[in-house]
Amino acid sequence: MAVTAQKIRHEYLRHNKKFPHVWCPGCGNGIVMAALLRAIYRMEISKDDVVLASGIGCSGRMPTYLDFNTLHTTHGRALTFATGVKLAKPDLNVVAIMGDGDATAIGGNHFIHAARRNLNLTAIIINNSIYGMTGGQYSPTTPFGSTSTTSVYGHIEHDFSIAELAVTAGASFVARATVYHGELMDRLIEQAMRKRGFAVVEVISNCHVQYGRRNKLGGAVDMLTSFKENSITVSKAEKLSPEELEGKTTIGVLTDREMPISTEEYKKVRERASKTKGKI
Amino acid sequence: MKEKVEKQNVTENTSAKKEPPKKKKLYDIAFYHDWCKACGICIAFCPKKIITPDKSGKPMIEEPDKCIGCRFCEIHCPDFAITVSDRRPKRRKDDV
Repeated sequence: MAVTAQKIRHEYLRHNKKFPHVWCPGCGNGIVMAALLRAIYRMEISKDDVVLASGIGCSGRMPTYLDFNTLHTTHGRALTFATGVKLAKPDLNVVAIMGDGDATAIGGNHFIHAARRNLNLTAIIINNSIYGMTGGQYSPTTPFGSTSTTSVYGHIEHDFSIAELAVTAGASFVARATVYHGELMDRLIEQAMRKRGFAVVEVISNCHVQYGRRNKLGGAVDMLTSFKENSITVSKAEKLSPEELEGKTTIGVLTDREMPISTEEYKKVRERASKTKGKI
Repeated sequence: MKEKVEKQNVTENTSAKKEPPKKKKLYDIAFYHDWCKACGICIAFCPKKIITPDKSGKPMIEEPDKCIGCRFCEIHCPDFAITVSDRRPKRRKDDV
């Protein structure tokens, strides 16, 4: 039986919050939220065993609508709060939801070091290439040459790929999807949550109000169509040359590797220390 | 060899018996207009193009029998405003 939107609505949304939610019509955040809920529903975890942490921004509104243990924290610090929760209660399923500016600009340090430390966390990063909530300033993932309120004559800096940054920083599971690929997205989120180790899912999303409008990319439907046309699966991308891949987004699992987890290693250290009673 | 041929015949017969006239599976789509923001994603990406906008731009469906149940609209609705369900026989008059 497929997971219906009705079940998700009744089970996981906070009914004392005002719906429809605050996001603009056609915003990808709602699609990501639904995918996350479908993944959690399929995993059959109790609502009490899930912790959602988010930073500031449009994506930061997500946990306020969801009936889990939720944290709406300061800008860029979703992962630090999530790290704290995980260290205190290692049995909980901790998910940090961040935007692109939140994860890679303000919380950039936290992001790379959480990946290096390899805690058993899941990070969902919604990449819409701009700071949408504050009025359309450029973010670290705004492409070269594009227009925003702080780069009116074209952006002069280069963007970086969040997923590839996570691979280099040492995350054990890295995947990428776009909001057009909703079913792939919830499969990837489920895989990431089941993964033991730091798991990153980058979701390419649309901000047609701040980014699309200024760069003449059209509305939500046009942006989703462009995601459909410009994305390519990992297995297909391997066969193509770098020139052919230019302008394309690879989607799917980029890295899946087994590595020692920080919380378990810490447990071992404590056992070792208690055996020797603190003497080295 | 004879046995094999017979067996084949038997299987063919049973398979022929097992195939009743295939009934098309039907689905119902419910739009929750109070939560809908008329973004148009469901209308644009429906593979059968059966979802159409009404006066306010919100989706409506005139021929629900044509729905193939792919659930693209349900999965990609950012506002949780669409539910696709298997059609069940209506028991009461006020069943939706």
